[in-house]
Amino acid sequence: MQLGEKAGLKPSGPMRDVFGEALLDLCRQNPRVVVLDGDLCNTTKTLAVRQEFPERFFNIGLAESNMVSIAAGLAGCGLIPFCTSLASFLLCNAYDQLRLCVAIAGVNVKVVGSHGGVTLGKDGPTAMAIEDLAIVGGLPTFAIVVPSDPASMRAAVRATAGHVGPVYLRSSRVAMPHIYPADAASVPFQIGKANLVRQGDDLTIIGCGIMVATALDAAAMLAEEGIQARVLDMHTIRPMDTSAIVAAARETGGIVTAEEHLLQGGMGSNVARVVAEHCPVPMRFVGLADTYTDSGDPDDLLVKYGLTAGDIVRAGREVVAVKREA
Amino acid sequence: MPDASNQKAAPPPIDIQRLKDKARSLRLDVLDITTHARSGHPSSSFSSVEIVTALYFGGVLRYKSDDPHWPERDRFIMSKGHAAPLLYAALAAAGYFSREQLYRLRQVDSPMQGHPVEGKVPGVETTTGSLGKGISVGLGHVLGGRLNRLDYHIYVLLGDGECEEGQIWEAAMAAAHFKASNLIAIVDYNKYQETGPISREMALEPFVQKWQAFGWYVEEVDGHDVGALVEALRSLSAPALTPAPALTPAPSPDFGRGEAWTGHRGRVKHGVRAVGQPSVLIAHTVKGKGVSFVEADYTFHGRALTSEQAEKAREEILCS
Repeated sequence: MQLGEKAGLKPSGPMRDVFGEALLDLCRQNPRVVVLDGDLCNTTKTLAVRQEFPERFFNIGLAESNMVSIAAGLAGCGLIPFCTSLASFLLCNAYDQLRLCVAIAGVNVKVVGSHGGVTLGKDGPTAMAIEDLAIVGGLPTFAIVVPSDPASMRAAVRATAGHVGPVYLRSSRVAMPHIYPADAASVPFQIGKANLVRQGDDLTIIGCGIMVATALDAAAMLAEEGIQARVLDMHTIRPMDTSAIVAAARETGGIVTAEEHLLQGGMGSNVARVVAEHCPVPMRFVGLADTYTDSGDPDDLLVKYGLTAGDIVRAGREVVAVKREA
Repeated sequence: MPDASNQKAAPPPIDIQRLKDKARSLRLDVLDITTHARSGHPSSSFSSVEIVTALYFGGVLRYKSDDPHWPERDRFIMSKGHAAPLLYAALAAAGYFSREQLYRLRQVDSPMQGHPVEGKVPGVETTTGSLGKGISVGLGHVLGGRLNRLDYHIYVLLGDGECEEGQIWEAAMAAAHFKASNLIAIVDYNKYQETGPISREMALEPFVQKWQAFGWYVEEVDGHDVGALVEALRSLSAPALTPAPALTPAPSPDFGRGEAWTGHRGRVKHGVRAVGQPSVLIAHTVKGKGVSFVEADYTFHGRALTSEQAEKAREEILCS
């Protein structure tokens, strides 16, 4: 089954292509935006910016630490630097720089980690970012944004530039089907405000990134069993939309989180903290258990590591069962 | 109101006595505030005193202390962030804030963090304290200045131990690649890192040739000769006239083979600075300079003096 098919979502192109187009649009609109590259513009899709705005595009080479510190200097000149590379290389090589030069003083640097999650696929665990949200989660002052479809990616790129302070934006290699109308102007997108993408009262599935489409597929499958799931697109991991989570817990009485990330330190564990503090309800967590993955076709990896609609359905049934026992 | 904004247009004559007085006063401030805070890195600050004096008070840096974000200002980046007490003392002396503020160093609710944090203290350009970042941040200001069509210089003060950080050499490679001729690094080469002598712990030599190999123009100077420092920094801040050289500059026959700097050589130029080359000024210094028993004991790296030691130190500094 194709992702989003069960929920009736229209397929789309790879998210990194959408990111590249959105960044180019942003550069056309805002002359203060500059782009730094770790010699991967062909694969992160920032090449078009290099071609159209060569004076505002800097290939820093294979030196991510240098890139992030240079970006801090550019921000000190009033510019809006976007650092781009594969999430795994950028965050892991430049963690000290992200912390020291950017996070501590809340410098206006934007970091775009491409190829997030297991759907990086065949390049395998060395290039795969399964821990990027946890890594940036350790940097107070950083907003963390994970778009779920083309329109939300375009809106997220604009919101990232407009947000004053550091932002981490996750981009992906794979295609994600349309959740929102393709016309970006009509997409509700505010950093820190989750989007309700499906109504339901029996439980809430909270997803981010590719797992929002998966959650909608799961919700369609649960509906066939008579279970109506609410689905939230938690596109911002920090600041987290506490009120949407608390409302979901109160109104539906059970929560499943779904993310293409390690369970430790990702979206779900942060949702759990809010739920535990404000309104404890049964929860289940779909995500990558404590492991690195194999190389492989993205769809095969999603199946092997438990990141499918079927996995969410099982978790949803469990939550509803626990809820009914109580 | 102190205003050094016109210094580039008409450099004042070098008044050696005035600069020596400034240096003495900064050294005393570092001693007083680290002793008061009962922590900090006085010896690493002492070795940089004349360098920072030359920059702020020798007509090198162009700044407006009442307008710290003046877009055309020259940038000074204290990459060796553990010399924060010296940076704060210099900024206070330059008029960015009152000298009384210095005594809040390292206290809770004070802007004077143990290592400099951007946005807390006027005049601090960037956060430092984890080593190796200064040249990179400076290069960001070079590239940003080009886009903003502004003409200024960026001076980055590095520790010698700091040059063991890989990022220094990533940044050195990139600065030459981007022809960052308005970027001037200064190395406080005091020959000691925290654990002991650099030559024993992680040898830097041949140091001159390393910078040359990365495409930089190199000069060496006695880092406590404030007149020679001012001359060198002013000259490195003037436009280069020589066309860009072949990609591999010839190594100097006289330096960089690991021999000790014998001192009192004033200023030594290695070759000719070409258009587009970033510059590095290797300043040969003495760790703990100005206080005999600190100079003699490198373990003072990360600790303040006791009040008894501080009294002796004060006498020595006052007599210098």
